[in-house]
Amino acid sequence: MKIHEYQGKELLRKYGVPVPFGIPALSVEDALAAIPRVQKESGGDVVVVKAQIHAGGRGKAGGVKVARTRVDAEEAVKRIFGMTLVTPQTGPAGKKVQRLFVEQGLAIAKEYYLGMLLDRATGRVTVMASTEGGVDIEEVAATHPEKILKESVNPAVGWQDYQARRLAKRLAMTPAVTGELVKFLRLLTRCYEDMDCSMLEVNPLVVTQDGKVLALDAKINFDDNALYRHPELAEWRDPNEEDPQETAAKQWDLSYIALEGNIGCMVNGAGLAMSTMDIIKFYGGQPANFLDVGGGATTEKVTAAFKIITTDPAVKAIFVNIFGGIMKCDTIANGIIAAVKETGLSMPLVVRLEGTNVELGKKLLADSGLNILAAADMADGAQKAVAAVAALKGGAK
Amino acid sequence: MSVLVGFDTRLVVQGMSGSTGAFHAKGAVEYGTRVVAGVTPGKGGTKVAGLEQIPMFDTVDEAVQQAGANTSVIFVPPPFAADAILEAAASGIELIITITEGIPARDMIRVKSVLDRDYPHVTTVGPNCPGVITPGQCKIGIMPGYIHKPGGVGVVSRSGTLTYEVVHQLSTIGLGQSTAIGIGGDPVKGMDFIEALALFADDPGTSAIFMIGEIGGSSEEEAAAFIKEHVKKPVAAFIGGQTAPPGKRMGHAGAIISGGKGAAKDKIAALEAAGIKVSPTPAEMARTLASIL
Repeated sequence: MKIHEYQGKELLRKYGVPVPFGIPALSVEDALAAIPRVQKESGGDVVVVKAQIHAGGRGKAGGVKVARTRVDAEEAVKRIFGMTLVTPQTGPAGKKVQRLFVEQGLAIAKEYYLGMLLDRATGRVTVMASTEGGVDIEEVAATHPEKILKESVNPAVGWQDYQARRLAKRLAMTPAVTGELVKFLRLLTRCYEDMDCSMLEVNPLVVTQDGKVLALDAKINFDDNALYRHPELAEWRDPNEEDPQETAAKQWDLSYIALEGNIGCMVNGAGLAMSTMDIIKFYGGQPANFLDVGGGATTEKVTAAFKIITTDPAVKAIFVNIFGGIMKCDTIANGIIAAVKETGLSMPLVVRLEGTNVELGKKLLADSGLNILAAADMADGAQKAVAAVAALKGGAK
Repeated sequence: MSVLVGFDTRLVVQGMSGSTGAFHAKGAVEYGTRVVAGVTPGKGGTKVAGLEQIPMFDTVDEAVQQAGANTSVIFVPPPFAADAILEAAASGIELIITITEGIPARDMIRVKSVLDRDYPHVTTVGPNCPGVITPGQCKIGIMPGYIHKPGGVGVVSRSGTLTYEVVHQLSTIGLGQSTAIGIGGDPVKGMDFIEALALFADDPGTSAIFMIGEIGGSSEEEAAAFIKEHVKKPVAAFIGGQTAPPGKRMGHAGAIISGGKGAAKDKIAALEAAGIKVSPTPAEMARTLASIL
């Protein structure tokens, strides 16, 4: 789960991590009203107006403005709110800005990069730091990997202060700033651990001219598997950042990702679901989605999954590819039959069933009287789905 | 011959009184696996419907002491799974196979740390995996048994259902399997490709290997280097997620292309550079292996 920068900073503040003063706004009016309040609170004229979208690369796309005067700040608020930001992470359609964060400007002496994430190679959380702050860290990793310093967190004892001191030394920080960084990392690592984060990035971490260490940005992702431990995070979900089908899928605990194509896919297992996308593309088609119904799905869940696929207006054909293990083929068959009874079926449906209770599943579908194209294997199914879409296009000419 | 599981396996099912645990315990018994005990805290001495012949205990310790269990399979729900894994290790179980999907990464980081330090002799497979099967001998997990056939192909895979896909294809063209190991799709896990490949390399019953990877992480690249150095048997592979967009988690917590790392094309290039034949589509996995035998 992703959250906005202002929410991330609210969380960091709760853990005592120093962040600049700022006010989030859901409308132009609120953002305009926030400007003088931020100026008053910070005792300075400079404010930063920042677009709040989940994707990175906002600055380059024009979504962040450092304003030296109130008039400049007001102009920035009016310009950025409602604009569509296209960044490498938003996709070509971009993201419409519907939230702003008005924050105090700081007199910055130095910028650093700081990030925390799980290192799969060691099975430990790793803290990364670099003098190359505020820039594209992925580029630094590719071109100058030696400039990224790493310290891993030993799960037996947790983060230790000496690790922060070691990083500070290698980042050539002064003794005073080193003390600040030690405190900063003690709190940041506690937040990461307590909150089951899967990624916590502070880019940049800044040292101000008066020697303070603050998080100027905060990008936080949470481990979806651990959300049950943090029910309070549910209110930080932003439906505008989520695809409506993806939101519906979440309610049913389905793993769904919208894609650009027109062949709806319903598959069990993440690997098979990815490969189903691959093979549809291999035969010249375009998958409309990734959908893993999971292992322990009930008939109701399968019905919900089927409905989510059919509510995507781009979908012109459906390919159900099931290799039952924990998932039983009869459960899938019953789910499809129930969904079609409820909503009807206005497009070609290709079904490939194999695995646990396959004979029962096939019999249920055959006896249902539904117009289903049965596939012998996944190549056959993918080809049939691609052909069905091609036939539709031909008919429309 | 085979690896990890076989006729010597004496299985305890942790979470056997749950519906999923019971269903797959029955599947194991029907396949011929020696299921010697079930464990669910508070259910010791009770009977599970359809599995009345198998004693239920409150603790894994009792399953080891009284029923001689040496291998455990875990069907315990995610919030309690880390505890169940550590209980099995502390009770003297030698092989722990965790099927449970959705265990928080923080829990697995701690579990892995304890296992590495205190129980280096214990082998763990999973979590979020289909299990391990030696066809004709022993089935542990959620895979459909009937698609498997005894033979010489060792299968190791990060994906559950793709494992069934390749096994089905192999059996269909007459290539049986020595053992099929699902290592699971989580970022923090027990056995990885290299450990499984090392077992197959040393197993006289395994004459060829099929490996299924997917996007995310760098295990496939590491496996490629290991194969080039240490595996003399023919190896073919498939990588799922060749068309997956970056930055999107494809179901498995581990299956995400991030920071420019973990893309399928890099993995395929690494495998091919190590002399491994990579199947172009998931429909041609078995034929790809057959082509190099």
